[in-house]
Amino acid sequence: MSAAVWASGLRKRYRKRQAVDGVSFTVDRGEVVGLLGPNGAGKTTVIKTLLGLVRPDAGEVMLLGRPGTDPRSRARVGYLPELFRYQPWLTAAEVLRLHARLAGVAPDEECLGLVGLADRAGDRVGGFSKGMQQRLGLAVALVARPELVVLDEPTSALDPIGRADVRDLLLSLRERGVAVLLNSHLIGEVERVCDRVVILDHGQVAASGTLTELLGEHTVRLRLGNVTAAAASRIGHFTRDGEMLVLPAPPSVPDLVADLVKLGVEIHAVEPSRVSLEDRLLGIIRGESA
Amino acid sequence: MSIVLTVAGLTLRESARRRVLRSLAVLTVLLLSLSAWGFSRINAEYEGLTSGESRLAASIVLNLVMFGLSLIAALGTAFLAGPTLAGEAESGIALAMLARPVRRAQILLGKWLGLAAFGSGFVAVAGTAQLVIVKVTTGYWPPDPLTGLVLLAGQAVALLTLGLLLSTAISPMASGIVAVGLFGATWIAGVVGGVGAALGNDSVRQVGTVSQMLLPTDGLWRGAMRAFQDPALLSQFGEAVKGHPFLSKAPLTGAYLVWAVVWTVLVLALAGLAFQRRDL
Repeated sequence: MSAAVWASGLRKRYRKRQAVDGVSFTVDRGEVVGLLGPNGAGKTTVIKTLLGLVRPDAGEVMLLGRPGTDPRSRARVGYLPELFRYQPWLTAAEVLRLHARLAGVAPDEECLGLVGLADRAGDRVGGFSKGMQQRLGLAVALVARPELVVLDEPTSALDPIGRADVRDLLLSLRERGVAVLLNSHLIGEVERVCDRVVILDHGQVAASGTLTELLGEHTVRLRLGNVTAAAASRIGHFTRDGEMLVLPAPPSVPDLVADLVKLGVEIHAVEPSRVSLEDRLLGIIRGESA
Repeated sequence: MSIVLTVAGLTLRESARRRVLRSLAVLTVLLLSLSAWGFSRINAEYEGLTSGESRLAASIVLNLVMFGLSLIAALGTAFLAGPTLAGEAESGIALAMLARPVRRAQILLGKWLGLAAFGSGFVAVAGTAQLVIVKVTTGYWPPDPLTGLVLLAGQAVALLTLGLLLSTAISPMASGIVAVGLFGATWIAGVVGGVGAALGNDSVRQVGTVSQMLLPTDGLWRGAMRAFQDPALLSQFGEAVKGHPFLSKAPLTGAYLVWAVVWTVLVLALAGLAFQRRDL
């Protein structure tokens, strides 16, 4: 099956500024991919180019197996823009019906319930708060039973409960095999739901890969006393970080701890850890070695 | 086609639900009531007028009031056309809609169709009401009311098409202001041209002709006036009303009507090209 998103060599220049400079990436079917990068890295321009809202100077886009220049490529695509606004003179249900009609499908009436707006279906959008409009935007993105959902900062106006709702929604989309391209500043959000991450900087792909590829394996940090030679051989290869011993996470941390206790080692602390995505992102953007 | 009709329906609903409609309704009712009062006074105050003179007065005042109506239609549609394209691009409403499997030309055509229906509907309702008022108060019924109303609607459509083109390039408010400004300027150029014709000055007359080619609103308006005024007046009062801004001395030619249609199609196509190339 063709990829949900296939972008190759995208370039876009706004007057003197090269906003996007040779960006290529793919999002496979059913995959949740996070798009990360500092402000002005070109994330929103890349997203708009995928959806035909911005004309690229060069490059090609395929959505769900059709060229991006063909409007039908967007028939099964849902999109929540960063700048989300909907006709204020329509009711929430009317906005959904409009988008279903534009997509040429019967509206999925459950969408408003999914985003917690079921009881506001008959209210005019003009009276909605920002957070409610963003929830409506999520419902609009889902109304045409999409196979690909593109979300540009989907939680920027939401409270913590709203953010948790969006996370659950993303996980349920992944379960249903819907591909998601997620642009978010909330790195924790991306780390929790994304299979893969593409990091943009200065309009170029600075790094991309699965979280394991980008962040490396999990490690365990131990603070121990009375480490005998036998204990050291049980621990195996490790590095030191001050008082802490840092070693690759063993298959079973409890077994390791039990063995060390038997060998008479004093155990003060055991901390599973991994480089955070945030640290890794900052490292990549500040030009540290990968 | 269903997308074009969906967007046309949406645009009509927008026109109906926004404040523009209420302001239009208030302005129209005000103008119609004032004109009803005025026409009834013409009859009451000038009983000594000959029938020809009172027909002349009724024709001129009818054209004057119809000009008021066409101005309201022009203002209304021009100020609806601006926000509907430029405003939606600016506010972000267009982003979610254009990310659907639609062509931009379909959206533009739908908006144009909706606005054209709105403008024509307004002209039909308000214009008919005005003609009935004149009939009741003075007994005058124009020779060709349908042609007149169609030409008035054509004038509104030409102006809103220009408004759409402008709104692909400049801000919503500016596009409304520029469209209405051009509408007024062409009307004045038309009057100047009429004066030139009355004085037999060809270069002054050409001011009107050229402006009527560049923007056909004034030409269509003069055709509409012709359909509303009593045809006997010009032969009766020929010299006295030469160059009068609210009387038209010649009917529209078929060639001019064709040009007005071609002009509208061209401007709409230009708007489509500009909208197609625009980054959102």
